[in-house]
Amino acid sequence: MTLLEATLRAVAALAAFLVLPLLVGQAEHKVMAHMQGRLGPMYAGGFHGWAQLVADGVKFVQKEDITPRAADRWVFRLAPAVALVPYLVALALVPVHPGVAAVDVPGSLVLVLAATSVGALGTLMAGWSSANKYSLIGGLRAAAQLVSYELPIVLALASVALAGGSLSLAVLTERWSPLWLLWQLPGAVVFLVAAVAELQRPPFDMPVADAELVMGAWTEYTGLRFAFFLLSEYAGIVVMSLLFATLWLGGWHGPLPDALGWLWTLLKGFVVALLVIWVRVAWPRLREDQLQRLAWLWLVPLALGQLLLTGVGVVLGW
Amino acid sequence: MTALDTAFTASGVLAVLGGLFAVTTRHVVHAALWLVVALLGVAGSLLVLGAELVALVLVLVYVGAVVVLVLFALMLTRAPIGPDVAHAAGRWRATGAGLLGLATAGLLATALVPLADGTVERADVTTTQVAGQLFGTWVWPFELLSLLLLAALVGALAVARGDRAVDGATAP
Repeated sequence: MTLLEATLRAVAALAAFLVLPLLVGQAEHKVMAHMQGRLGPMYAGGFHGWAQLVADGVKFVQKEDITPRAADRWVFRLAPAVALVPYLVALALVPVHPGVAAVDVPGSLVLVLAATSVGALGTLMAGWSSANKYSLIGGLRAAAQLVSYELPIVLALASVALAGGSLSLAVLTERWSPLWLLWQLPGAVVFLVAAVAELQRPPFDMPVADAELVMGAWTEYTGLRFAFFLLSEYAGIVVMSLLFATLWLGGWHGPLPDALGWLWTLLKGFVVALLVIWVRVAWPRLREDQLQRLAWLWLVPLALGQLLLTGVGVVLGW
Repeated sequence: MTALDTAFTASGVLAVLGGLFAVTTRHVVHAALWLVVALLGVAGSLLVLGAELVALVLVLVYVGAVVVLVLFALMLTRAPIGPDVAHAAGRWRATGAGLLGLATAGLLATALVPLADGTVERADVTTTQVAGQLFGTWVWPFELLSLLLLAALVGALAVARGDRAVDGATAP
């Protein structure tokens, strides 16, 4: 790989990282508004408020960057970066077209998992270092939730890796067949639910429950650092949606000519992202004990059952 | 010095520095975060040497689950912002721990340094090889370890739940 190619790949990944979360964010503004019988942003940019998030970004840049006096200065200031950068790494690994990914490594499935698990540390660092009781409780709830929902995600992905016989996202997508839609369905459901929980999105937003914890671990953040946390949440939606689209919905497999494969991947990913937004509007927040109950009594057994089913299928040569 | 040597040295230095800061800092939460740095350094070294799966699983399990649990436990207890003087080890204990650490490092160095010939070689370890070793050669130790962990888990539950009858007697 030449230096030019490496630079181009890095720039492409960064561009995707900056554009796709904005698209999802704007979609959330408008789709959520229409689901609730509102219009959503209408003025910024002229046409149906398309520039609202750009305007928000400009606003965040102008705000004062405050570090509370009692806070642990370094950890507090580092936390947004720890939350954000791993999702950039994860997004760079997702294949969008046969042979096209910003970074193509043999063990990309495990690398995506490892990267997102590092990203979770950002919330915990923010929660502890803010020296604020709301932040601390938010961080505690986030830690409890992340530990419980990490397991179903790993098990569901292990089932797909077993079915495709590889740890590479590109190879797994290549070996996808429509049969997987049925065969891997329980694992797919488990992954989608656990991914929403891992991102701490409603209905699993106990860690940032605004009615009781202000903004959870992010309470003390202002300006650009707060915006980075928001960006990492939307980048997380993009990563999880694209993962779901490539592994369970077949990525670039589709009826149109093969050259349009990347369009299929993005389209499927966007539909999954819309589903994540829809879930937010449709369900009320789960209580902490309901949340843990769902993970340990439903998702983990279901994922283990899926793993067993996949193992039997692979041995029998389905 | 090849690029491989440089990458290996960099991750090695990262691991050693992270480990040193983890044991010397007076801030408990900082110690957990330095542990993350040390683990990432070790994972980087493994990655350079070609053990891809082991490196990534190390990050996934230790950073993603173990350190998260450590931070959870620290946040549950009183983990102060700033140096923790209540749990400061005395001078004798610190010296003893330092000597023990030096002795372990020396033992490892005398065993391992003669094996190295100064160059970093990449041995591509495939996932199939790791799985074959883990579930073939080493399957009994592996299963024994999981039994040990299960016993620890059951023990922790028993301790945490306490004696129901006693609880009932003392409840108002």
